[in-house]
Amino acid sequence: MKPNLILHVVSKFLIPLIIVFALYVQFHGDFGPGGGFQAGVIFSAAIILYALVFGLDAAEKIIPSHVLRILASFGLLLYAGVGVVTLLLGANYLDYSVLGSTQIAGQHLGILLVELGVGITVAAVMLILYFAFAGRGRT
Amino acid sequence: MIDILINVTLLAFLAITSVAILRMTNLFAIVMLYGIFSLLSAGLFVVMDAPDVAFTEAAVGAGISTVLMLATLALTRSRKRGHEGDYEEKPSRAHRPWLPLAVVGITGTALVYGTWDIPGFGDPNAPAQTHVARYYIENTMSDTGVPNMVTAVLASYRGFDTLGEVAVVFTAGVAVLLLIGGRRPKSGAKVKSEGGEDEA
Repeated sequence: MKPNLILHVVSKFLIPLIIVFALYVQFHGDFGPGGGFQAGVIFSAAIILYALVFGLDAAEKIIPSHVLRILASFGLLLYAGVGVVTLLLGANYLDYSVLGSTQIAGQHLGILLVELGVGITVAAVMLILYFAFAGRGRT
Repeated sequence: MIDILINVTLLAFLAITSVAILRMTNLFAIVMLYGIFSLLSAGLFVVMDAPDVAFTEAAVGAGISTVLMLATLALTRSRKRGHEGDYEEKPSRAHRPWLPLAVVGITGTALVYGTWDIPGFGDPNAPAQTHVARYYIENTMSDTGVPNMVTAVLASYRGFDTLGEVAVVFTAGVAVLLLIGGRRPKSGAKVKSEGGEDEA
């Protein structure tokens, strides 16, 4: 890939900001707009920007494809696992109230974990999609 | 008043974008217009006080799907078939516009007729507001302590639905991997053994 100074400098400046914003959307979803799905998409957008500017191989060095597959499964398992934990604690499936000492603490913890699972899965799947499409045309 | 002005402007731009998409033959420009269409929709959602939906529309519709469509274009070609250079479509077979036009006209009339029964935007007596929405509005803070009601409904009250949605996203990723994923063949000799590993 032909080096492009302006693109490199600007994207190196933007990518950390995008990732911080994704984390903000992820963990501030209880209070403002956003949540796991949006955060996952924004996070994957940062990596895709990196891949667009620095090339697909550099991006796959940061997050290899096999790690992405594990992450995509892990997020879904985290979500479903929270439900199993609440079952074991004697409540209904995905009834977070028993996770904490009080109902509100339990709900907070449950929503946080579940949104984290959503975010991880969505980010990983979006990157899997992009890597699959972008890696297709090359030999 | 200003809301109406913004709504009319955004909807007019949406209509203009749709017509432009219909009339264009350069797929690259069409993909860009799809992104603009999504961004305008996101603006409309913001005006309708639905920032969560607007967020998703802007990130997915204008961001990711545009990149994915561009990546697809890189694999295929960027012009419609039969438009290599000339913009005039040659009528290769008998093209009868009347049947599709009639179907579209009847469907459109039926849809417009259907909107007469839809309650007005933000109508407090609409069925959607009187059923479970009232319960959510009154009890979200005491049940979950989460100020953003959308998050509370998505993650807690409707946790099953969201679990299903995540499963759908995951399944989509698996499907793409099965269809066009796998390791890229780096050199001809190694292709077979690596392909076998992937399927195992």
